[in-house]
Amino acid sequence: MEQLLSWISLHQEILYVVILMIFVGIEVIGRVPSVLHTPLMSGANAIHGVVIIGAIIVMGKASSSNYLALVLGFIAVIVGTLNVVGGFVVTDRMLEMFSKKKKKS
Amino acid sequence: MELNLLTFLYLIASITFIVGLKMLSHPATARNGNRVAAIGMTLAILGTIFLYEEDGARLGNYVWIFGGILIGTITGTLAAKRVKMTAMPEMVSLFNGMGGACAALISLVEFDHLAHMDPMMAGVLLMSAGGASAVKGFLLIIVLGLIIGSVSFAGSIIAWGKLNGSIKDFSFKGQHIFNILLLAVIVVLAVYLIVFLPANAVLIFYTIFFLSLLYGIFFVFPIGGADMPVVISLLNSFTGVAAACGGFLYDNKVMLTGGILVGAAGTLLTILMCKAMNRSLTNVLIGSFGGSSVGVSSAGAVGTHKEISLSDTAVLMSYASKVYIVPGYGLAVAQAQHACHELEKLLTSKGVDVKYAIHPVAGRMPGHMNVLLAEADVSYEKLLEMEQANEEFSTTDVVLILGANDVVNPAAKSDPASPIYGMPILDVELAKHVIVNKRSMKPGYAGIENELFFRPKTSMLFGDAKKVLQDLVAEIKNL
Repeated sequence: MEQLLSWISLHQEILYVVILMIFVGIEVIGRVPSVLHTPLMSGANAIHGVVIIGAIIVMGKASSSNYLALVLGFIAVIVGTLNVVGGFVVTDRMLEMFSKKKKKS
Repeated sequence: MELNLLTFLYLIASITFIVGLKMLSHPATARNGNRVAAIGMTLAILGTIFLYEEDGARLGNYVWIFGGILIGTITGTLAAKRVKMTAMPEMVSLFNGMGGACAALISLVEFDHLAHMDPMMAGVLLMSAGGASAVKGFLLIIVLGLIIGSVSFAGSIIAWGKLNGSIKDFSFKGQHIFNILLLAVIVVLAVYLIVFLPANAVLIFYTIFFLSLLYGIFFVFPIGGADMPVVISLLNSFTGVAAACGGFLYDNKVMLTGGILVGAAGTLLTILMCKAMNRSLTNVLIGSFGGSSVGVSSAGAVGTHKEISLSDTAVLMSYASKVYIVPGYGLAVAQAQHACHELEKLLTSKGVDVKYAIHPVAGRMPGHMNVLLAEADVSYEKLLEMEQANEEFSTTDVVLILGANDVVNPAAKSDPASPIYGMPILDVELAKHVIVNKRSMKPGYAGIENELFFRPKTSMLFGDAKKVLQDLVAEIKNL
C-alpha cells in the first residue's frame, strides 16, 4: 500500500497527463459523423505510431555488441515507421475522396 | 538548450495530435487534420533522433536508425499508395499490427537490459527502499507494453487475414472459456513476475510474450468478418495504450499523450461504431459466434427466385418516378461506381428521382460506400442515410440493389437465430419492385441465405455490377 502511494506521488505528473488525455480523447471525437469513422480510425492509427520514438531510443542506445538489442531495435524502427508513414498516407488517400466531393457540390 | 528544444518539439507534437484528431472528426477539415498530425509526428521523430540525450549521451547507431526509417518509409508509402480502395480496412489493420509489434519489441529489448543489469547494482537497487518499487514499476510497464502490444499485433494480423479472405472464421466449443482462462494465466504470470521477481524471470517473461500472441489470435478468430472494422478499432486503441506504456518507460510526454489520446478516442470510436450497427460491444465480441453455425443450417430456406432481363429492367426504371440504389460490397469489387453514376445521371435526365440508400456498414467499413461514390462524383445530397431512406421506401417504385446482401436481409428482423439478428436493415421490401444485382446466388459476407431474394416482389439480375450497369445504360438510351 505504502509502495503504491509513494509510486503515485512520484509519478503524479504523468498520472495527471494520463487522466486529462483520456478526457481530451473522448471529448475531441465526441460528435463524429459515421461517414468519418474509418478515416478517423485510420488517422488515430497513424498517431499511435509515436511508439516509433521509443524504437528510435532503443535503437540509439543499443551498444554495438548487443546483437539482440540491435536486431530487435532495427525491426522495431522499421515496423514503427510503417505504422506512421503507412497510416498517414492511407488516411490521406481516404480523405482525398471526400475533398473531391466537396469541390463538386 | 537542446534538451529544452526537444521538450518544446514534443509539446508542439502533442498539440498537433490533439488538434489533428479534432479536425479529423469534421468532414470539412479532416484532410488537413491528418496533415497537421503528420507534421507534428515528423517534428517529434526528427527531434528525437538529433536532440535526445540520456545521461548526457546522445543516441548512436544512426546508420541503423536511418536505414530502418528509410525501409519503413518506402515500403509503407508504396503499400499505402498501391492498395485498392476495397482493401483499405485491411491495410489499416496491418499498419496497426506493426505499431503493436513495435511496442512489443521495445519491451523485449528493455527487459533484456533489465535482465542483464549488473547483479551488484540490481541488488543495491532492490535493497534500497525506493529502489525495489522503482524496478517493479519499471517491470510492470514493460510487461504491460509487451502484453498489449503482442495482443494487438497478433490480433491485427488475424483481422487482416480475415478481411482479405486468407483466414476463415474458426471457432470451437468453449472457445470463450479458453480465452478467458488464457487471459487469466497471462495476468497471473505477470503479477507473479512483478511481485516476486523470481529467478526464472526470463523464462516467465517469454512465456507471457508467447501466450499474449496466442491470446491475440484466439481473441479475433471467432469474430465474424463483418465485424472486423469494430475489432480493428478496438485493437487500434490497444496499440495506443501500448504506445503510452513506452511513454511511461522513457518518461516521454509525447508518446504518453499520443498513446493515451488514441487509446481513449479509439475506445469511444469503437463504441460509436457498434452503435451505428445497433449492437453492443459484448455482442460483437461474444455474440457473433455460436449463432453462426446454427444460422447457416436453419436459414437454408430455399425457394425459387425469378430473374429479370436487362430490357425489362431498363423499362421498369426509366418509367419509374422514384428509384433508390442500394450499393454494397459487390459494387466496390466490380469498381462499378462510375457506371453507377452514369445510370443515375441518365435516369435523372429522364425525370426519374434517383437517390442512394447508404447502410452504415455497407461494404467492408463504415463510410466505404460514401467514399466510393464520392470518387465517381456522385453529389453528396443524393446519398441518404439508412433512417431517411427507410422513410422513403414506401413511396419508391424501384429499388436497385447492387452487390449488397446482409444489409437488406430481412432475417435481421425476423429470425432470432440469425447471426445478424438485431442489426438494422434497409427496408427495401416496402418499395414496389426490388431488383437485385449479384454475381450469383451465393450468400453474402455473413455466410447466410437471404430470404429477400425469394420474395415475390424481388427479381434477380445476375452479372458483374459494372457490366450490368453499362449494359443497362445502353439499353435505356435505346428505349
